[in-house]
Amino acid sequence: MAQATVLETRDLTLDGLLADPLGRQLLSCIQCGTCAGTCPYGDVMRHTPRRLIGMLREGFIEEALAGDDLLSCVTCYDCWAKCPRGLRLTDVLMPLVKEQVLLRLPQVPSELQSALSNTLRYGNPMGESPRKRAAWVESSAVPVPLLRDLGRPVDVLWIVECYTAYYPRGQDNARATARVLHALGVDFAILGNEEKCAGECARLAGETGLFDTLRDQNLATFAKYEFSRLLTSDPHAFDAFSYIYPMLGFRHPVDHTTPFVAARLDDLKPRLTRELGYRVTYHDSCVLGRHNHMHDEPRRILEALPGVSLVEMDHNRDNTICCGGGGGGMWLDTFYKAKGHPRLSDRRVEEAAATGADVLAVSCPYEVPRFEDSLKVLGCDDRMVVRDVMELAAEALAD
Amino acid sequence: MKILVLMKMVPDIVEELEVAADGRSLDREFLRLIVNERDEYALEQALLLKDRLQATVTVVAPEAPEIDDVLYTALAKGADRVIRVSGIDPAAGTRATALALAATLPRIAGVLPADLVLGGCQAIDDLDGFMSPLLAQALGLPYLGLVSRVTVEPGGTSVLISKEYAGGVMGRFQVALPALLGIQGCEKPPRYVPISKVRAATAAGTIEQVAAPTGPTPAALEVSAMAKPEAAGHAEMLEGSARDVANKLVEILAARGLL
Repeated sequence: MAQATVLETRDLTLDGLLADPLGRQLLSCIQCGTCAGTCPYGDVMRHTPRRLIGMLREGFIEEALAGDDLLSCVTCYDCWAKCPRGLRLTDVLMPLVKEQVLLRLPQVPSELQSALSNTLRYGNPMGESPRKRAAWVESSAVPVPLLRDLGRPVDVLWIVECYTAYYPRGQDNARATARVLHALGVDFAILGNEEKCAGECARLAGETGLFDTLRDQNLATFAKYEFSRLLTSDPHAFDAFSYIYPMLGFRHPVDHTTPFVAARLDDLKPRLTRELGYRVTYHDSCVLGRHNHMHDEPRRILEALPGVSLVEMDHNRDNTICCGGGGGGMWLDTFYKAKGHPRLSDRRVEEAAATGADVLAVSCPYEVPRFEDSLKVLGCDDRMVVRDVMELAAEALAD
Repeated sequence: MKILVLMKMVPDIVEELEVAADGRSLDREFLRLIVNERDEYALEQALLLKDRLQATVTVVAPEAPEIDDVLYTALAKGADRVIRVSGIDPAAGTRATALALAATLPRIAGVLPADLVLGGCQAIDDLDGFMSPLLAQALGLPYLGLVSRVTVEPGGTSVLISKEYAGGVMGRFQVALPALLGIQGCEKPPRYVPISKVRAATAAGTIEQVAAPTGPTPAALEVSAMAKPEAAGHAEMLEGSARDVANKLVEILAARGLL
């Protein structure tokens, strides 16, 4: 508990961590190198977590923080999951280190720079108009009320999140989720154009000030309304609302759409009557899967869909392979390519294609564009499609 | 070396622009402003020079919504002094704005004379790029526009600049200082400054406020009508297999005598 108190102090900085005896427990690493071995970019990074901790411990702090090497960390939670000491590498140490790296970087890669600037200015990394955040609702088959218009408390406040609200294939997920929530009779509403990015990927990329700004804005918006629980389509937002927003007193239960629907599967099953005839392989996302261990929930939904057979990839559950999109990776593809890094989503899609499945099912909105691109790059887009679990559930719903 | 950077806000076209009820101006109700992109390059060029020389960078901008964020960000990036000019009508037009700024700058202590004045060479509401040359004329400074690189020569009394011409031709000029340069780009994109630094600058920094002198507004071109462009024709989408599309394309090209 003592250690948790230090690590969960807000406004903690790397200096603060290193100056505090309890904080320094985070550096009580046995230098076994499991983190470096399991890191998806461990073979191309100079400062793997093992070496980084070694340098911080011996006082080579500026040397550890100089350069852009640590931008290769895609915060996949692999080192965190496998560390035999149970050190909080991905969620605590890396953001504090990357915050200092970002402050020292003479040139932030332009893709990342525009994603961060856009998120500050428009509330979404794509730089889309905040006034169009709820534009997808017009094409929804079921009513999607805005909480502002309802004028009453609501049970579930659904935070749609950026990629689901704006990205065309993400909007398929939004419309599907609305259908499923409607079929379940859930009392839900969205914030519409008042919603802004939860900020988790900015935090994990080291842009702590941006995260704090978004968190303050979102908490002010939440405070305007009455609702019982938060539901979100994005695992990163799920983490932010579950673990970081509570440091400022946010006390609502938080759910992600996949476990939320899995918990209500008995109510949904009578409506799931359309035969799909798909062979499906499920990709566990780093955040929902490895970080939150929600492996059974998506599989329970998929197994309940008529005509769906599930096959597993070699790397699954806690041992899943990262799509490469977390912690800013979503906006560093050009940077990684210039560095000669392999594309992690290609590695994942190769394994998915090898299962012979015709659907690659996902629960994170970042994965749809990443995997669809990789399917095209690898020439597998004629035999495999990417679908969110919510899209498949909605497809199985009788009209 | 004293460097003065001029920045201004322009309509952000992430939001759709609407024509106001008078049919002659932009509807400002939902209009959101963003800093002129070329001005961001002007600031970056000034900061690059400051990184290399003993220089002070002062930023001056007409008052507008969200201008404070721009000025605090400039402080966080390394500007020494930021000044907001009140009393310039945001819809005044390029010439009136240039003249108002030119009348204001001599009244701000310590700003003029500056060795180098940098502004954007163009803006989305000044595609002709008149703002900087009008200002140069009013201040009695030589002007060069479309500048993409500035190097200060030893002694600090002249600069070497690169300027782009049509057809990929690049011109190099030696310019005696003081001078006003219209910046198109610089050797690297504007730097990113983490929001925590902007927050710190907002808490610790100061924006100076100066009022533009009141006086007769110079005659400007009057907008008689403003309208969204109407689509004159539409693209024809060819559907079908690659072979079908190729055949249709050949037919169309042949029918227009292009084969």
